[in-house]
Amino acid sequence: MKNKLGLFILYLLSSFASADWLDVNMPVGVTDISQEVFTLHMAIFFVVVAIGVLVFGFLFWSMWRYQKSKNDKPADFKENHKLEILWTVIPTLILVAMAIPASMTLKTIYDHEAEEGGIDIQVIGWQWKWQYKYLDEQVGNKPLSFFSNLTTPPDQYEFNRVEKSENYLLEVDEPIVIPVDTSVRFLITSNDVIHSWYMPDFAVKQDAIPGFINVAKTRVNEPGIYRGNCTELCGERHAYMPIVVKAVTRDEYDAWLQTKRDAAEELAYLTEKEWTVDELMSIGEEIYATRCAACHQADGSGIAGFYPALAGSDIVMNDKARQTEILMEGIRGSQMQSFAEQLNEVEMASVITFTKLSWGNERSGDGEIVLPKDIVEYKENDT
Amino acid sequence: MSAVVENHNHDDHHHGPAKGFMRWLTTTNHKDIGTLYLWFSFAMFLLGGAFAMGIRAELFEPGLQLMDPIRYNQLVTMHGLIMVFGAVMPAFVGLANWLIPMQIGAPDMAMPRMNNLSFWLLPVAFTILLSTAFMEGGLPGFGWTFYAPLSTNYPNVAFFVFAVHIMGISSIMGSINVIVTIMNMRAPGMTLMKMPLFVWSWLITAYLLIAVMPVLAGAVTMLLMDAYFGTSFFDAAGGGDPVLFQHIFWFFGHPEVYIMILPAFGITSHIISTFSRKPLFGHASMVYAMVSIAVLSFVVWAHHMFTVGMPLAAELFFMWATMIIAIPTGVKVFNWCATMFKGSITYETPMLFAVAFVVLFTIGGFSGLMLAITPADFQYHDTYFVVAHFHYVLVPGSIFSIMAAVYYWLPKWTGNMYDEKMGRLHFWLSFVGVNVTFFPQHFVGLAGMPRRYADYSLQFAEWNAVSSVGAFLFGLSQLLFLYIVVKTVFAGKKATPQVWDGAEGLEWTVDSPAPYHTFETPPKVNG
Repeated sequence: MKNKLGLFILYLLSSFASADWLDVNMPVGVTDISQEVFTLHMAIFFVVVAIGVLVFGFLFWSMWRYQKSKNDKPADFKENHKLEILWTVIPTLILVAMAIPASMTLKTIYDHEAEEGGIDIQVIGWQWKWQYKYLDEQVGNKPLSFFSNLTTPPDQYEFNRVEKSENYLLEVDEPIVIPVDTSVRFLITSNDVIHSWYMPDFAVKQDAIPGFINVAKTRVNEPGIYRGNCTELCGERHAYMPIVVKAVTRDEYDAWLQTKRDAAEELAYLTEKEWTVDELMSIGEEIYATRCAACHQADGSGIAGFYPALAGSDIVMNDKARQTEILMEGIRGSQMQSFAEQLNEVEMASVITFTKLSWGNERSGDGEIVLPKDIVEYKENDT
Repeated sequence: MSAVVENHNHDDHHHGPAKGFMRWLTTTNHKDIGTLYLWFSFAMFLLGGAFAMGIRAELFEPGLQLMDPIRYNQLVTMHGLIMVFGAVMPAFVGLANWLIPMQIGAPDMAMPRMNNLSFWLLPVAFTILLSTAFMEGGLPGFGWTFYAPLSTNYPNVAFFVFAVHIMGISSIMGSINVIVTIMNMRAPGMTLMKMPLFVWSWLITAYLLIAVMPVLAGAVTMLLMDAYFGTSFFDAAGGGDPVLFQHIFWFFGHPEVYIMILPAFGITSHIISTFSRKPLFGHASMVYAMVSIAVLSFVVWAHHMFTVGMPLAAELFFMWATMIIAIPTGVKVFNWCATMFKGSITYETPMLFAVAFVVLFTIGGFSGLMLAITPADFQYHDTYFVVAHFHYVLVPGSIFSIMAAVYYWLPKWTGNMYDEKMGRLHFWLSFVGVNVTFFPQHFVGLAGMPRRYADYSLQFAEWNAVSSVGAFLFGLSQLLFLYIVVKTVFAGKKATPQVWDGAEGLEWTVDSPAPYHTFETPPKVNG
């Protein structure tokens, strides 16, 4: 028994030793608000620790001093009004002292007014990814918009087949980019169920609720890459929709905006290009793995009761018009989303082609392919 | 108080309970029904615990090792539902059944047949809920809080709704029974302020249950309508309001968490006084504190929703209201400390659990106070800090108090003393286990690990491993508890009627084990 207990304690101690101590407290963060929140947190923490030391100190001392072996004759007092008033009034005063700074900080956080030179970014939660729309930046005739998907490959999280990368589950294909020393307002909402946009280093956590727009304003003081998570249970892949914010200087931000505009022009050219099946399949495979496989599974078999199988599906094999429609519009009342904004024409055509020519569908189905220009055509007919 | 030893010629003394299964199915005896509730809750405790072991095994290291996230969400949901509605609440109802009539000198509960029904509805409800495990789509996986619109689009939600309705009916009937019994069947001379604190705590709890269970029923009914009948209470696309769901749920949910702690306050007060061999300090202020906590519980619900985007005025109101709860709660803790001060204390197993309750529940109260501070809550909300907080108040809080109660009254129920050495071993294993499990969750929570995550990033790995080790220790220790209880039922040193030399109250005036019928002639309460 003693031996095992020793081993257990040794195990615990070794865990304590190897744990990174910086990770046991709230981050101080990189905004004025986050630093204020941290100060508030530490203040309350020390207040409760002080109360704890006093109360538990008295309790433990009484427990030791008034054991039966030390004190055979118990007292029989039942109340003491002065004392009772005292221990009602003192906690009240402590609480008031805590409520005042907390209320002040809260008031600062609740200043949601737009500021001169600030930018507004709409944040939209989707199962299970984030969409960011820069409302002030036009690309073509629409606001700049992109989706941010997890890039950690399934091989890292399923059964730990390969070594985990440094930013395991905290890495995305397209981080949100914001300039430092600039007022940024996140206008947070959701496309399906409730999510929550949580960025510890900014002390921002706001629920993304369908039908509501919640505002969180921040001003980042230091350039850097900041990582956060979704914090409202949103279904199966709740743990797999991280948030990555890249805070950069104003010049770098402007340069980044320019690359986004260039990319949009490049795409217009690509939809006109002649595509081979191999090119489509290779893009489609990649898109399928990051956007579709989470539900419909890597082998297209789906999950009974939740997500239909694509392998052997009649629509996938024989009805490319309907399949295009489903991907473009989604299916209302189900978890199948509209991908019209999430995928560009090339990606959309590629992923449909990929599903039609994989898992035996190529043998049992019509074996046709879909080209980017078909998607352009669909969009034109649709509007 | 020897009023019970009078001679009777009533017929009901000549026949005991029916034999075998029919005794338990048809019983109207408060002691039998109390026993049924307690065993049912123990079974559910082990089942919910098994789900928790699954959760902790999956979280032992980053990555998905044992299950996919759908299964993980189902375990999280069922762990919560079973522990709240299957383990903690029925355990307290079981204790109420056993103890309230004996503590107020009543022969039984006021409505014995309804008592039987309110128990037997529970296995029905849980069978319906668990039957979804064998259906396509499986168990509910939307968290025990079943936030819309995630829950409205979930498979098999109708079974969940129906099960919750039945549990609610059971709770309401049980509460009516408790209130009617306490109001009408107290022994002559037992005024309200002379009532034992466990009875007081249950009187308040029963009113809370009657007030909020219909609200829960409303929430699940609206959910059912949204899911199957095309309404849009919570569907923004149809003009509904997803935040409305949370307001309704937490208007039930916050009083519900006090439903799970008030009886624990009563139990702890009895045990600390008994083993300190000293009257409870501030009996009246204990009652006032519980009543204040119960009243306040109706006006703090939105502190569960600080991040939904409420207006500043609402955030401030709910922050201040929540902080006020610390005052009556503090009074209770100070009263317990003052009861032990200048006592003559021994540390038998019930006392160990009760003292651990005071300390660890207070730690949960501290983190609760931190969570009340809205700006800081923007960091804490929905992280493991919250998980650590509510497990501190529920496991070494409610559950330790239930264990303390079982050790304390087991000799009265069975007539046998439990094995003190084993009891202490069980306490120490549980105490270490619970702290190793839940204390590190404060750390990962502060560092930003969200709750209800099947998988997590690497900086949280060490503390999650520690937490899992603690959870297995705590989980396995409960098998020892099962062994101790079963052993005591069948054998053990014979208990005296008084059992504990410092114990006071009517239940200690009857034989151990308590006869099948007690206080058919009411005792006289003096003083």
